[in-house]
Amino acid sequence: MLPLSLRTDLEIARRGYQRYAAYPLATAAGAFTNIIFGLMRGSVLLALFADRQRIGAYDAAATITYVWLTQGLLNIVAIWGWQELALRVRTGDIATDLIRPIHPIRALLAAEYGRATYQLVFRGIPPVAVGVVAFHAALPSDALVWLAFFASLVLAVAVSFAFRMLYNLAAFWTTDTRGTMILALVVMTVFSGFTIPIQFFPPWLAAIAYATPFPAMVQTPVDIFVGATAGPPVLVALAGQLAWALAMLAASYGLFALGTRRLVVQGG
Amino acid sequence: MSVPAIELEHVGKDFVVRRAVGRFRRKTDVVSAVTDLSFSVERGSLVGYIGPNGAGKSTTVKMLTGILVPSRGRISVAGLVPTRQRTQLAQRIGVMFGQRVQLWWDLPLIESFELLRYIYRIPPRTYERNLSTFRRLLDLDEFLRTPVRQLSLGQRVRGEITGAMLHDPEIVFLDEPTIGLDVVARQRVREFLLSANRERGMTVLLTSHDLTDIERLCSRILIIDRGRLIFDGDIDTLKARYGKERVLVVDLEEPGPALQLDGARVIRIEGPRQWIAFDGERLSAAQLTAAAAAQAPLRDLTVQEPEIEDVVRRIYQERA
Repeated sequence: MLPLSLRTDLEIARRGYQRYAAYPLATAAGAFTNIIFGLMRGSVLLALFADRQRIGAYDAAATITYVWLTQGLLNIVAIWGWQELALRVRTGDIATDLIRPIHPIRALLAAEYGRATYQLVFRGIPPVAVGVVAFHAALPSDALVWLAFFASLVLAVAVSFAFRMLYNLAAFWTTDTRGTMILALVVMTVFSGFTIPIQFFPPWLAAIAYATPFPAMVQTPVDIFVGATAGPPVLVALAGQLAWALAMLAASYGLFALGTRRLVVQGG
Repeated sequence: MSVPAIELEHVGKDFVVRRAVGRFRRKTDVVSAVTDLSFSVERGSLVGYIGPNGAGKSTTVKMLTGILVPSRGRISVAGLVPTRQRTQLAQRIGVMFGQRVQLWWDLPLIESFELLRYIYRIPPRTYERNLSTFRRLLDLDEFLRTPVRQLSLGQRVRGEITGAMLHDPEIVFLDEPTIGLDVVARQRVREFLLSANRERGMTVLLTSHDLTDIERLCSRILIIDRGRLIFDGDIDTLKARYGKERVLVVDLEEPGPALQLDGARVIRIEGPRQWIAFDGERLSAAQLTAAAAAQAPLRDLTVQEPEIEDVVRRIYQERA
């Protein structure tokens, strides 16, 4: 391995940001859609509290915060998936990534943080702001909670990224990855706690969810934000995210090495 | 010269192709893209690597750059084993695939260069010097701030060449570097490659379908067909070996029947003009002219030398 500097990662991240900044109209339309869906999800989930005070650690107020926060998070952790790498493998453009003196996964991860930063600012803040101003979504008052939340968000992006890498890398073995991706998407939206909080699941289903890496992508940072996870358990939650991120990144590096070994770049 | 820039010993690459036979059964075929290839390229040379479609050119370049693992044989590029030391090698070579976009699609051209600067960790002075040279030689200034997706093919190709060479590579692999360029830009790229080769001693391996590129640039030509090397030498040797057939074009005073000449044959007649093909080694143009003039009065004549295009077309056709 060549010694690459953090500067390289930062420069790649900056361009990852710029790539998304190149399409401001798409961003505005997307943020608007996120807000509309926030309204819908909010009214549906609030109906659950018509005849009860709380579900798990969530009461009606925390649920409102949950809805607007998840609307803000969904683009940061790319809940709808991503298949750029799979397409590059399929078209053979991956060849151009392999002739660079940087590991493609490392370059993609750096770019991912640029992307996530852009999404945080332009797709994350608007829905949360609407939630706070119009629906009394609550922001944490403790600076430590904010710190823990952002740490958790950084790790959530890594876990989500590593998961996306894994199903994208399937393209080395199958030329059509849409099936894999759709399956991944369904599992991810449900088990990450994006559709409804995992605490709303029946216990047996919640147990299954918590055994997967998916809650680390959405539920963990949200629980920290709304206070459902507080005190020392926050550290446990962060450690869990870190473990998933490292394990899955290692797996994607391994899979990448296996994939390139059997690589057939088509055409050209 | 110590270690050659590029060295191949009995290299082969097979692809396994699966195809459906009936509803459930699948049959696997082994297709050999490169059969058995051995050659070496000295540092500082400018080599043309040509062959018909599907001959194995791209496969070879991909093996040399570490993208494809050879099925057999030994490869060394800049003293490294490409697939095993790919990242290390990447730092020392430049690669341009004419049909692929290597620049960042959504970003202005200059941002791609900036990124490459950090990815290759190019020292600031080298970067500034190279960028300003390339801007001048390849006329990049007009579209330096344009997103790559909005560039014309010719502009993009010039950008790609710059991107492949910004980090002062020792060896560059250029796959169709003049694709989509107009005559002026094409000439600029050629001059640019020649100067990079002469002034920096950069080793260049060039594949191109434009044989004029090859003829103008390359001191050595490798021709590959069906995964095997079928020619290795300079242009003159190539013409001498495959282009022995020359053509005498005569304009007769009046249209007439095809001339009957020993050791030559008329291949085309258009009114009073006749094209006579002959073997340049067995017969001189003067002898043939005299023989033709004896049969019919001549008004004018020219001798056509073999064009590289024709020579190579003949090689490809012979083997097809």
